[in-house]
Amino acid sequence: LRSLGVFIRQAGTLLFICMILILLHGSRGEIPSKPIAATILPSVKPDGGVQAYPEDQKNNLPMFTMNYPRIQIPFEITLWVLLASFAKIGFHVYHKITIWVPESCLLISIGLIVGAIMHSVHEEPPAVLTSNVFFLYMLPLIVLDFVAVFMQVLWFAVVGTLWNSIGIGISLFAICQIPAFGVQDINLQENLLFSAIISAVDPVAVLNVFEDVSVNEQLYIVVFGECLFNDAVTVVLYNMFSFVAEMPVVEPVDVFIGVARFFIVGLGGMAFGILFGFVAAFTTRFTSKVREIEPLFVFMYSYLAYLVAELFAISSIMAIITCALTMKYYVEENVSQRSCTTIRHVIKMLASISETLIFFFLGVVTITTDHEWNWGYILFTLLFAFVWRGLGILVLTQIINPFRTIPFNMKDQFGLAYGGLRGAVSFALAFTLPDTIGRKQLFVTATIAVILFTVFLQGISIRPLIEFINVRRTNRNLETINVEIHGRLMEHTIAGIEDLCGQWSRFYWKDKFMKFNNRILRKILIRDSRAESSIVALYKKLELQNAMEILDTASGDISAAPSIVSLYEEKKSSSKPQKKFLAADLKNMHDILSKNMYKIRERTVAYRGKHALPNDNHTREILIRRHVSIRRSLRPGSFQSSYFSLPAGKSLESTFPAARRSYADDHETLSEVAYPSQRSRFGKPARSSSSKAMIPLRRLGTLEEVPSTDVLNEDSSSTEQGVFRTNSSYSDSHVPRPRRLNSSFDNNNGSADDLRNVHEEPSSPPPGWAAEPRDNTARNPLLRRPQWTPKRK
Amino acid sequence: MGSSSSSRNKIPNAQELMDQTGFSSAHLLRLYDRFECLDRDNRGYLRQDTVDFSSFVRILAHFRPTDRNRNKEGTQQELPNSRTRKLKFAFQLYDLDRDGKISREELLQVLRAMLGLQVTEEQLQSIAERAIQEADLDKDDAISFDEFKKSLEKVDIDTKMSIGFLK
Repeated sequence: LRSLGVFIRQAGTLLFICMILILLHGSRGEIPSKPIAATILPSVKPDGGVQAYPEDQKNNLPMFTMNYPRIQIPFEITLWVLLASFAKIGFHVYHKITIWVPESCLLISIGLIVGAIMHSVHEEPPAVLTSNVFFLYMLPLIVLDFVAVFMQVLWFAVVGTLWNSIGIGISLFAICQIPAFGVQDINLQENLLFSAIISAVDPVAVLNVFEDVSVNEQLYIVVFGECLFNDAVTVVLYNMFSFVAEMPVVEPVDVFIGVARFFIVGLGGMAFGILFGFVAAFTTRFTSKVREIEPLFVFMYSYLAYLVAELFAISSIMAIITCALTMKYYVEENVSQRSCTTIRHVIKMLASISETLIFFFLGVVTITTDHEWNWGYILFTLLFAFVWRGLGILVLTQIINPFRTIPFNMKDQFGLAYGGLRGAVSFALAFTLPDTIGRKQLFVTATIAVILFTVFLQGISIRPLIEFINVRRTNRNLETINVEIHGRLMEHTIAGIEDLCGQWSRFYWKDKFMKFNNRILRKILIRDSRAESSIVALYKKLELQNAMEILDTASGDISAAPSIVSLYEEKKSSSKPQKKFLAADLKNMHDILSKNMYKIRERTVAYRGKHALPNDNHTREILIRRHVSIRRSLRPGSFQSSYFSLPAGKSLESTFPAARRSYADDHETLSEVAYPSQRSRFGKPARSSSSKAMIPLRRLGTLEEVPSTDVLNEDSSSTEQGVFRTNSSYSDSHVPRPRRLNSSFDNNNGSADDLRNVHEEPSSPPPGWAAEPRDNTARNPLLRRPQWTPKRK
Repeated sequence: MGSSSSSRNKIPNAQELMDQTGFSSAHLLRLYDRFECLDRDNRGYLRQDTVDFSSFVRILAHFRPTDRNRNKEGTQQELPNSRTRKLKFAFQLYDLDRDGKISREELLQVLRAMLGLQVTEEQLQSIAERAIQEADLDKDDAISFDEFKKSLEKVDIDTKMSIGFLK
């Protein structure tokens, strides 16, 4: 935890310095050409000049001075950031608002208000958004957060954006020809440029909305991925068109070059990203001794990828995305759990900040700039933006649907089309239009209008609309018990069969790549690379670090189980009743089923919301199984052999399937194990025997009823709490705490009772486990990879 | 690919398998590679001599996505990836003694396997009870294949029981 704090300080400082640079480089439109490294040093001092104490007179040394200009700039930056963050807190305090109004709307509104205030006081807003500023600092932060994308997404993003911008551009050009609107001076290039700006769909706004509405995952992934990539496409197009717009004459050769450049930019970006990703993976292979700076590597490399791509004027967004993807795959296996958590936390934080700020400034700047309004142009822009997006989605889905296992139906397509909200990227791009374009103000105004329109109107109305047309949601509705059970069985079957088929796709090259990957790349880039099944790898990792936490129980409520138990008793008494299941019982059943059935291993990282970190259901399940096998191994008789789930001498592979199979066979054992717990609960736990053996047994005894009563406990509404209160801290922060392993054994003899009262803070792990590793390393193959050492901060 | 004809000779009854299961020859080849990969000792059988290559292929054929565009010929029912056959596959996962019915005990077994250990016996019994109540139309306290099918009539089996890349 200390390292996390340190890192946040580092990241904060970095951001801080960046912000200073932002402000120092002056008004809009200026493009700082010097590389960052050179500018950091000279620019640390504020522009107002160092207020050296004037040397004119020799005054007495003042006791109390105030030197505002000295801190003015950082101070103001900090205030801005704080203000935006307060706004964000404020929204969530009053929860009802966020249901109906997306967060981006609210931020813009607050920004508008603040801007109005500033305008009336005739203050200048801080010139925060120069082009390179946005590109260099804020954009990558938003982008780095999301790393699950697919091929189809590229299709929508690239082709869709092209379609949109060209379509809108040409139609607007057609409109310009009509003299009535008075915009005849805008030529084709400028129109294309403008349309490139406004065809960028903003990820932030859309995802907020979709997530609130909980649409089905396929749709979500596609929209999200599309937003991500179309930023890249838009920026490329923008650069291309702006270059072209400044040229007086356009020849066919230039068009050709433009297209070629498009590909170079896109593919070059990806290549750079992958390159940096590999370098990062290679570096982290050797960082086992310096775990604290692992997150730094991740950030620095991705940032470096971004900057180098900017250097060569290729698509930096693509670079950073591909870098992040590559890193996710390889680096995640090399770094420690803590580093992973740190990285995730920091990224979320930074992304959140930048997103907040961008929308906020959108609002402020809206009020404070001079606008040029032209009814015809702007209205037609809105119209075309809408129409072309709809058409584009329609056509594209028609083409791609045959390739999908679950084709998009009309409702999905509506969701896709309507969810095309514009946002931050358009905003930034509009502001950085070169001044040589005559109608710059008009473009700016039109962009802002489009953004505001889409975010407010579409953003607010999309939720009721989607609910109304009933887009296929994630399946959270109540079906019959049968369907739920059988459905889950089928999913398990499929997962198994897929494993049987191996990692095999329809694409030949992907197969080849996977083979190449396993044979060569993984050996180089990953520290201990064996192609393990993900479950086993995870199992091992967690096993060592978190076994203790299972045994640190939370206090369990010894409350009587509700109706289900009484039902059962009723049943036992009567011979063969026709059971009447009340609605409440049914609901109980559904809850039990959904909470307790083993979840299928997810192949895609499901996005659970901006404010939550990825859920570690998977790992918790593994711990559940572990827990079970612990209990089984503690049956009298097998006691002496080992405390761990692996019987001595067996290898991991042979035992692991055994664990799975035994559930079906051992139902007698299970009931036997489950019931004695009830008896022992009321027995005197304070036996205080000195034998080592008794302690784990007792602890497990207390552990047993915690889950079972918790499940029946109506209060624990979410899976996170319900099953494992013990793991609450674990699942939140995922920070293993094998503390004080060498602590005195005798301490815990007496503190077994205290375990009941231990809630969120599992204290010292039971030394029963600690004692073992030293003896059993030879026997237990699980411990042969000790990533777990007693010396942890 | 030039190697395909020679490799196909490696596979016994290749043509027959292709007809019965609907796999293309490229897929069959891939499956054969995979089979050989799994069959490390080169015995020609997986899992202690019970599954040979054609059984392997036949089982996997259940998981092909259904061809929606096929016209309704008489042969359609015979393909392993029809809806009925998929359901039958799932049914047989429950019905271990192959008596054509899912008894309460069999259902309980599957439930136990799928649910974590946090669920008590009483709860399991209740859930199984409810499941049988919902599906059992002829009141024999067991679920026959037709009842099974009926309970799943609203579910898109094709989505649930298909592996995309086997198409």
